[in-house]
Amino acid sequence: MSEKRERGKQTAEAEPAESGERQGVLSGVWHSIFRGPLVPRSDRDRKLIVVQNFLLHFRPVRLPERSLRYTHTWGLGGMSLVLVLLLVATGVLMMFVYQPSPEEAYGSILAMRDEVLFGKLVRNVHHWSANFLVIVALLHLLRVYFTGAFHTPRQFNWIIGVTLLLCILASNFTGYLLPWDQLSYWAITISTSMIGYVPLAGEWLQGVVRGGTDIGSATLITFYTLHTTVVPVTIVVLMAFHFWRVRKARGVIVPRGPDEEPEEYPERVLALPNLLLRELAVALALVAFVLVFSVVFNAPLGNEANPGMSPNPAKAPWYFMGIQELLLHFHPFFAVVLIPLLIAGALLAIPYLRYDSDASGVLLLSHRGRRMAAIAAVTAVVVTPVLIVLDEFWFDAGAWLPGMPSVVSNGLLPTVVLAAALAGFYVALKRRYAASNNEAIQASFVLLLTALAVLTATGVWLRGPGMALVWPWIS
Amino acid sequence: MTGSRRGFVWKIWLGLGGVALAEYVWIAADFLRPRARARASNGAIVVAGPVERFEPGSVTAFPAGKFYLVRLEDGGFIALYRECTHLGCTVPWLDDEGRFVCPCHASAYDIRGNVLNPPAPRALDLFPVRIENGIVKVDTRRAVKRQTFEAAQVTYA
Repeated sequence: MSEKRERGKQTAEAEPAESGERQGVLSGVWHSIFRGPLVPRSDRDRKLIVVQNFLLHFRPVRLPERSLRYTHTWGLGGMSLVLVLLLVATGVLMMFVYQPSPEEAYGSILAMRDEVLFGKLVRNVHHWSANFLVIVALLHLLRVYFTGAFHTPRQFNWIIGVTLLLCILASNFTGYLLPWDQLSYWAITISTSMIGYVPLAGEWLQGVVRGGTDIGSATLITFYTLHTTVVPVTIVVLMAFHFWRVRKARGVIVPRGPDEEPEEYPERVLALPNLLLRELAVALALVAFVLVFSVVFNAPLGNEANPGMSPNPAKAPWYFMGIQELLLHFHPFFAVVLIPLLIAGALLAIPYLRYDSDASGVLLLSHRGRRMAAIAAVTAVVVTPVLIVLDEFWFDAGAWLPGMPSVVSNGLLPTVVLAAALAGFYVALKRRYAASNNEAIQASFVLLLTALAVLTATGVWLRGPGMALVWPWIS
Repeated sequence: MTGSRRGFVWKIWLGLGGVALAEYVWIAADFLRPRARARASNGAIVVAGPVERFEPGSVTAFPAGKFYLVRLEDGGFIALYRECTHLGCTVPWLDDEGRFVCPCHASAYDIRGNVLNPPAPRALDLFPVRIENGIVKVDTRRAVKRQTFEAAQVTYA
């Protein structure tokens, strides 16, 4: 053993003896587990605690003070982690009660709700945590994008993050079927039918996902296995990868003003207490919020699944409602396959595009970038509803262009027109403001994202029986 | 490709690793493949009943067989699979409107299963109908896809 290590060991173990306590067997065992000091008395102790604790060593010892500001990161990444931990804790409990077969599933959920101690609360926490996780992860993606935290060396971590988001959606989706009520049965029927529109392999793929031609016991066991093993393990592994890459990028991006140059050596402070106490506060506040929310609001549970009767309206889970809304306007191949693939491709391409400047750390790039983003958001909020209403009551390409297959009149044609409109928006805005391509790309990103939000909101609140447009306050 | 011998061996090891991974994926795909048992339980031959029991111009639901037995005005029979061809919802027959209307996305079909209202891309699927000694039998093992109604699809007593 080298001399240096020997000395380090001595100081770590000499600590309690110095403080005058009796060095018994128990405290010996304690110090064999926790090498660092228990209560920090100096900055040196604070560093030791972070370095020598298995969980805390994922955190840096020191970090730039500016990156600590809550409104820089909003604690969204840490909140995602807390929600994942809540989901694992509650999910494991539910696995002891739940029975993954069409005959037993619904009954076991009822038993969990009515007969198990805190069963209802545990299910509620799981349900709401899962839904919040989709929202928080999405907001986290927005935060990372708008602070420009996807340039080198964070390029690949953006990809990991997007993959994690897809895993979260997969987890929500596979969990949606498990209660085996009318909601879940028909949402999964609709969603897995969408797979059938994948060209060539669609029918085969749908058979694999469903484990047969219909939703049945094979589907349930497949979804259960994915939901309880494959997806969560993938998420945990990718999360570790994600955090490690954050460390390798020397922490989260350091914020700066639009007119500031990036600092070479920003002022650094100790992680304990500055970072860790903030994280703890956010985590505790979030757990308290989820608990209170779950006491007040119950997770939905409809009647037991009835394959003979589709409810009206039958809707997909809310996070797929944007796609469901597209389905009402486009040929299924475009709504379900092409447009989502284009969006996913664009999302993955973001860190690898060629940018005019590296404005990482500046919120929304610049003053001009902020104005252009606002214009894009307003444009989407106005144009998307107009297009929805026009298509609902007036556009009828199929009737106007008789003899043209619906793939063209209802799919290719509107997609090309919209893509051209987006390109026109990009060029016009870039010219009008003499903007960099960073700013114009950001504006296009805002435009598409806001449009997706409007589509989702329309699907959730403004679609009634028969998927007709309705006002939510008139029933 | 002028690598050293060590580089060559390294690539072989990498390649073998790739082969092992491919084998696992192949096995996993086979584990996920729908089993024959699941397919067989999907349907059988349903004995619907004697021809006279069904009025011309009537639609009779067979929930267990997941189909509607339709007797057209001219006395011919077709069996329509009840799943909407758009996204698989179960389509109810509305007697007073005389058509099938999907509750999910408002697709509508006429009594022959032809599309009256999109987004449904094609007519309702068919199950083959046989009439033996005046008894109507429907083979629900496999749904037959079709674009639109044709006279050849009708079975006459």
